[in-house]
Amino acid sequence: MGNAPNLDDARTVGLVKPQTWTFEEPLALASGRHLGPVTQTYETYGTLNADRDNAILIFHALSGDAHVAGYHSPEDRKPGWWEIMVGPGKPFDTDQYFVICANVIGGCQGSTGPASVNPETGEPYGLDFPILTIGDMVKAQKRLIDHLGIDRLLTVAGGSMGGMLVLDWAVRYPDRAASAIAIATSARHSAQGIAFGEVGRQAIMADPNWRDGNYYGKSVPRAGLAIARMVGHITYLSEEQMRAKFGRRLQDREAFGYDFETEFQVESYLRYQGHKFVERFDANSYLYITKAIDYFDLTHGHRSLVEALAEVEAEFMVVSFSSDWLYPTAESKAIVKALHANGVPASFLEIPNAYGHDAFLLPSERLSGAIRGFLANAHRHQRRKGR
Amino acid sequence: MDSSIRRRLDYGFIQTLVPQGTRVLDLGCGDGQLLALLEENKGCSVRGVDINEEAVLRCIQRGVAVYHGDMLEGMRFYRDAAFDVVILSQTLQQTSDPVHVIEEMLRVGQTAIISFPNFGYWRVRLELLFSGRMPKSNLLPYEWYDTPNVHLCTVTDFRKLCDQLGLDITREILLTPSFEPISDLAANWRTGLAIFEVERRSGG
Repeated sequence: MGNAPNLDDARTVGLVKPQTWTFEEPLALASGRHLGPVTQTYETYGTLNADRDNAILIFHALSGDAHVAGYHSPEDRKPGWWEIMVGPGKPFDTDQYFVICANVIGGCQGSTGPASVNPETGEPYGLDFPILTIGDMVKAQKRLIDHLGIDRLLTVAGGSMGGMLVLDWAVRYPDRAASAIAIATSARHSAQGIAFGEVGRQAIMADPNWRDGNYYGKSVPRAGLAIARMVGHITYLSEEQMRAKFGRRLQDREAFGYDFETEFQVESYLRYQGHKFVERFDANSYLYITKAIDYFDLTHGHRSLVEALAEVEAEFMVVSFSSDWLYPTAESKAIVKALHANGVPASFLEIPNAYGHDAFLLPSERLSGAIRGFLANAHRHQRRKGR
Repeated sequence: MDSSIRRRLDYGFIQTLVPQGTRVLDLGCGDGQLLALLEENKGCSVRGVDINEEAVLRCIQRGVAVYHGDMLEGMRFYRDAAFDVVILSQTLQQTSDPVHVIEEMLRVGQTAIISFPNFGYWRVRLELLFSGRMPKSNLLPYEWYDTPNVHLCTVTDFRKLCDQLGLDITREILLTPSFEPISDLAANWRTGLAIFEVERRSGG
């Protein structure tokens, strides 16, 4: 990757400015608590058309943010997290569609979260911040979509945790999206997923700098958050990918040192990922968001997933990756089968590759082709219905 | 003739068997061409199942809702009678459990349309008789060692199976290997490709 972005590239949205919107009316949360006022930071790309029928809401994953595409400044070294998918002529084609992405509440990239100031105390919330669910995040974003004056989205789309928000949206607001794209996700977070979430949280909470979440303005729990991220990264890669990428190769040395320095390339990679993450992410947000993911179970309060999805109206595309063991293909198939049982038009595609869960963020002709084709047809179907 | 062209040739005949505005499931739907035609020309509500990833991608690009996977797995979650018509075009002989497939087709659908190459066609019989080798033709283009056709049958076999399973053959289209329609006369000798519409025997 070059040092400076090529802003003249016709396939990037170029410079973008994050926007914020605050609502005062407190949000009733699944826990029974209320949260408000709530600020959400979001970005938009492309133009909302006169019929207001070309809006797409993209949901980010655990460590993502509202910055899907483009650059915040000409000095930015890296574009938004889904630059490969969002832009002029790209699958989420900003020449045709109006694309929106907001930072989830509970996050730390501009939306109200544990690092925000609690209006009751004038101090950062810390652990006074209420526990959130995926549904709570969706409810907040629905208010943003209302605020933007969009009655019915063309598509809600997202991967991993973003896919959970997609599913929740489609159930909660069946008439507010014509279609939905859920990638590498699950309708109920698995025991294995919860287990990894808990290891990450315990690493943060065991860090003496964490101080029960009251570390703002002091030293932050760097070590704990870095370890949480390292664990996360292991789950995002496949065994095959790790073997190919690192094998047993040593980093910057020829022979074993017989000490505890970073020796293997895979160690070096994980430590680098961990340390890089600490610079941009708040440890408490990591606790709150992973907890929301762990709580996610669409079947909660229902006898089956089929029953849980009974109200869905959006046509669906569900995509999995063959080597993703965090959100395996069977979990995507379960979603599609339950949609089929409800008579909902739903396509399922498994893309064979070796990149594990992270594959949804990597370039893929198949994924690009599927998204492009699905959106074009969803737009056509929506227009046919609308006339 | 490659398999995609052969498949397309019977699409026209299959289309004539599908009523206007019906709900249609195509098993082994390939690139979704037949379903797209049925949606376009007959206003059908269409769904597909295919095991091939490239084919599934094409379906999605055509706007045909498709399940990437095995056809039995793809049918299992559809409710009883979710479809008016379930199509299995030139694939019955490739399924590992044809009886189960037919029964599932008639669980999720009112009517099944099933087409297959007739192993009783006279040239097939003569080839085996005189050359002593596994027959090959445009409808059976494979070597014995690489054929996906694990359950080949004849027109007579199929009719017998339908009878055993308590199914009525409600309509049939018999074609020569070059897709000319023929009469029922000596059908098991003259038919290259057979298309049957079957339903559960009424009252049965």
